[in-house]
Amino acid sequence: MIHFVVHEEGDGVGVVVVEGVKSGQPLSGWIMEDDKDVAVTAKNDIPIGHKIALKDYQPGDTVIKYGVDIGKVVKPIAKGEHLHVHNLKTKRW
Amino acid sequence: MQNLSNSSFWGYKRENGRVGVRNHVLILPVDDLSNAAAQAVENNVKGTLAIPHPYGRLQFGADLELHFRTLIGAGSNPNVAAVVVICIEDTWAKKVADGIRASGKPVAHFGIEQHGDHDTVMRASKAAREYLQWASELRREERPLKDLWVSTKCGESDTTSGCGANPTVGNAFDKLYPHGVTLVFGETTEITGGENIVADRCATPAVREAWMRVFDRYQEVINRHKTNDLSESQPTKGNIAGGLTTIEEKALGNIQKIGKKCTVIGVLDKAETPTRPGLWFMDSSSAAAEMVTLCAAAGYVVHFFPTGQGNVIGNPILPVIKLTANPRTARTMSEHIDYDCSGLLQRQKNLDQTGNELIDVMLRTCNGRLTCAEALGHREFVLTRLYESA
Repeated sequence: MIHFVVHEEGDGVGVVVVEGVKSGQPLSGWIMEDDKDVAVTAKNDIPIGHKIALKDYQPGDTVIKYGVDIGKVVKPIAKGEHLHVHNLKTKRW
Repeated sequence: MQNLSNSSFWGYKRENGRVGVRNHVLILPVDDLSNAAAQAVENNVKGTLAIPHPYGRLQFGADLELHFRTLIGAGSNPNVAAVVVICIEDTWAKKVADGIRASGKPVAHFGIEQHGDHDTVMRASKAAREYLQWASELRREERPLKDLWVSTKCGESDTTSGCGANPTVGNAFDKLYPHGVTLVFGETTEITGGENIVADRCATPAVREAWMRVFDRYQEVINRHKTNDLSESQPTKGNIAGGLTTIEEKALGNIQKIGKKCTVIGVLDKAETPTRPGLWFMDSSSAAAEMVTLCAAAGYVVHFFPTGQGNVIGNPILPVIKLTANPRTARTMSEHIDYDCSGLLQRQKNLDQTGNELIDVMLRTCNGRLTCAEALGHREFVLTRLYESA
């Protein structure tokens, strides 16, 4: 069972691809471009399609996905936590 | 790798040499006032297709030109066998009809003024019936892959779009490109954050410059009118519910649709017809029905529409093939999903397989299999407006 996927090595987030991920659950991940395995423990309930942090972040940090900048962190995020609109914002517009 | 060199499909070869995969007799209102008559004709003559829309009055300048270009393009699309044009004013009915006639197909036009709806509907219904019976005897013929024009645009994307459904389209595009297929993508604002990636894929410095020009122009539109960071508009509320957070993230998922190898050979204006095979970028809205309508008007005959959360869009002229990599959407909205590629995210399939399977679904659709959107009657024909009417 793959619980989350990561686009490429170096990305700081994974995408949950199964329903019902619960806080405290150990998750298995797959780095798609590099065909490697990765593991992390969820620190929140995370819905399918939503992102999980693969490292700790501080406000002002940049989040990398697809090897590219996808926005700035606005609240501290710990590895395994849900990463979304409450703690990440666009750098555009 | 699927061997596509001997692949073919069964289509309708039109008078101008283009090949369609549908055989519609279109009842085309030029303006909002003519919708009632057009729909009455559609009701009178079973099997014809009216495409009502809310515009066409007191538009001017570039906005009016786009209106005409979209209607004439829709009528000229090779998925259309013949057209009945209805307009409140006779001269504009003729203008649109003449534009479509340049494609060589049968066209009749009717103005409502000085006739009224009853007389107009009667005369237009007679023309529509003749066209329908004529078109019903046209036969499909086997055509090479290079005769296909394929468009793509995604909708209600979520993160599974970027890692599953969009790369599947990209894999299919990479495979179709070398066979001389004419391809297009668009959604100008939805490349925000990935604009340099697209720039690096442009075939020449001139194309790159044209791309950056349309990109920068659209950014100015956003900056002029925005009241916040566009969160809940771009990305949409549905995108956010699906886990997409920022426009940059959405854009990087979006551009997975152009694969890893295709180069962008030119930039099209809205509803503009491309002039040669290859991958084109069309400057366009990212709203699903607007963008797909512009593709239909540009002459594309089949469309790949990856969705995450489950956009239900269709188009009256262009068969819209929907695919998703989200297993929940595939389960809860199965009647809308033509191709489920969620196995990709469980490593049950690889991109090469899902790309091949999508091409197979496309060829079956081109040969006549109805898409989910066609079966469900999704016929969203939505005209893009540039500014207020006079």
